Amino acid sequence: MNLETREVYHDGVVKRLVQFSILWAVVGMLVGVYLAAELLWPGLDFGQYWLSFGRIRPLHTNGIIFGFGVSALMATAFYSVQRTSNVPLFMPRLAWITCYGWQVVVLFGGLSLLAGWTSTKEYAELEWPFDIAITILWVCFAVVFFGTIANRRIKNIYVSNWFYGGLIIVIAMLHIFNNLAIPVTIDKSYSIYAGAQDAIIQWWYGHNAVGFLLTGGFLGMVYYFLPKQANQPIWSYRLSVVSFWAFTYTYIWAGPHHLHYNSIPEWVQSLGMVMSLILLAPSWATMINGIMTVSKAWRKLTVDPALKFIVLALAFYGLATFEGPMMAIRSVNIISHFTDWTIGHVHSGALGWNAMITYGTFYFMVPRMMGKPLHSVRLANIHFWLALTGTILYVIAMWGAGVSQGLLWLSMDDLGELSYSFTDVMASMVPYYALRLIAGLIFLTGTILMAYNLLRTMYGLHTVTVVPPDVIDEIKGTAHNPNAVMGGEVTA
Amino acid sequence: MKFHGVTLHRKLEKNMGLLIFGILFVSAIGGLVQVLPSIFQDSLRKATENSHLYTAVELTGRDVYIKEGCHVCHSQQIRPLLAEVERYGPYSRADEFVYDRPFLWGSKRTGPDLHRVGGKYSDDWHRAHLINPRNVVNNSIMPAYPWLEEWSAEDMGDIQLKMQALQKLGHPYTEEQIAAAPGELEGLSQMDVLIIYLQILGTGLAEEYR
Repeated sequence: MNLETREVYHDGVVKRLVQFSILWAVVGMLVGVYLAAELLWPGLDFGQYWLSFGRIRPLHTNGIIFGFGVSALMATAFYSVQRTSNVPLFMPRLAWITCYGWQVVVLFGGLSLLAGWTSTKEYAELEWPFDIAITILWVCFAVVFFGTIANRRIKNIYVSNWFYGGLIIVIAMLHIFNNLAIPVTIDKSYSIYAGAQDAIIQWWYGHNAVGFLLTGGFLGMVYYFLPKQANQPIWSYRLSVVSFWAFTYTYIWAGPHHLHYNSIPEWVQSLGMVMSLILLAPSWATMINGIMTVSKAWRKLTVDPALKFIVLALAFYGLATFEGPMMAIRSVNIISHFTDWTIGHVHSGALGWNAMITYGTFYFMVPRMMGKPLHSVRLANIHFWLALTGTILYVIAMWGAGVSQGLLWLSMDDLGELSYSFTDVMASMVPYYALRLIAGLIFLTGTILMAYNLLRTMYGLHTVTVVPPDVIDEIKGTAHNPNAVMGGEVTA
Repeated sequence: MKFHGVTLHRKLEKNMGLLIFGILFVSAIGGLVQVLPSIFQDSLRKATENSHLYTAVELTGRDVYIKEGCHVCHSQQIRPLLAEVERYGPYSRADEFVYDRPFLWGSKRTGPDLHRVGGKYSDDWHRAHLINPRNVVNNSIMPAYPWLEEWSAEDMGDIQLKMQALQKLGHPYTEEQIAAAPGELEGLSQMDVLIIYLQILGTGLAEEYR
């Protein structure tokens, strides 16, 4: 058959999304390091309002979650949905519009945060014009993704697509309801919810942005790239099914653990705590499924940087999803709430899990898309050790800081007087904050090495042409084995 | 017919529409049972003697607080714990926040809680502190906000539009209050209105709860 008339996978848009994701990773982490430095040297904003901590902190979180994270999710979703459906992307032009539109939102959204436009709601700080743009682009993302699945030539929708689908659907629901507001001017709106109700809605959103975006979406990466790279089927199909639905059902309830002992009804807090504890089961079920999948390919870990990152990410996923339910216990939360322990927990997830799994998928996809080996495996290995060291030091620093804050703030002497003033405790944070800065710098250095390595691999090349393989619909085991038929032949 | 989860799932994973519906349904249950009731719970939304309706000036001060991201490092939520009440004052109650759009409880105390900071320090202390926190707190790591003195409170967006928007959401502003609002902001800096806002924080609590 003539190559021109055959359909080919659309990997150009994947490559571009990977590049943007890398860009935002470097920018977002650089801002994070700057914030860490500001906590040591408050004069670092040089009297410039747009460098002030309160404005660039949301820039850091939004840049990482929506720039780095969502670009990576779109890239991996577009890459894997074609290869698990054996058809090219549905409406590839719309995929490109989604790609560039999203970057415009991240760029201008970030600038608007520096200008002081903010709704204050964590991970939903962007004001209403951006909320509308995000909604439209999210619908575009959904159309491309679900359209591709609708066109699939394989009967079963593969596991990774359940998770990417969950990401798209649930985040849409959360985003819309949490951001309902009355616009006043272009840069200002008032939430339709007030006080305690606003808090409950916000953490229903906030916790599940973590749940369905930073957890569910990235589990989609695990379910495609881990079995591909380990060249093994998913260990247990049944466990995937059970953990997916348990995860989707349970996560939504856990939000109120962000509001323990705050002014909201106690039954809401208690329910949030219980469901957070139950959530440990589906979370670990997925981790076990992943680890068992790779267990027949341990030897590959010694030579394969992509697999190293993916497996380490699973380990940190297991740690963070254990720590989360522990912190959701009310009596533990008394200590951890409002402290740097929360920051440590977030980063054991964001650095150890989200960033590592993303790095693994990038090291997997880029050489395949470019049809040439990685520029330097040695550099990728150095990156691995920098990422691991950085994450561990970061988490240790923030545990130290957070647990001491929690205990010292609550500490009272025999006469019922507070043992420490707030400023005493704050002043004792310097060593922890210094260690955190060093840890961040180490992690950022690794990310920059990866950026160089991958950009060198991609430099001056187009993505190779991949045509969907001829599919036999009824191949056994396609539901849990992406290696059975899914892949695609590379043609010259 | 015996119900079997994995068999049901096999149907869903072959039918995209059903899968989408299934995800939406399963993920919506938690919100419907746990979140929705609180939207209709009067004790979380009805004003009481503890609720304070922000004046035009206070509202503008609050918007300065939001714009500068004070909520990033300061909570406004005192938990009912002995040490916390000792340190910050009477614990926070839901009816104190019914006019808070958005809520500013925060998630991190890089600096101390501010819910009952009103009246604790003088206006002059706040001014010196905001111009450079190291002026009054030796080893403070708070950023300085010198620009707030130069920026006019009138640049914080149309106050009448703001009050009308809040009126639509049920804040009982009178037409006279809205008409007088621009005049009240005249000549004030963003520093002035921020301090006025800080000084009323937490002071609305009725005497019997103190």
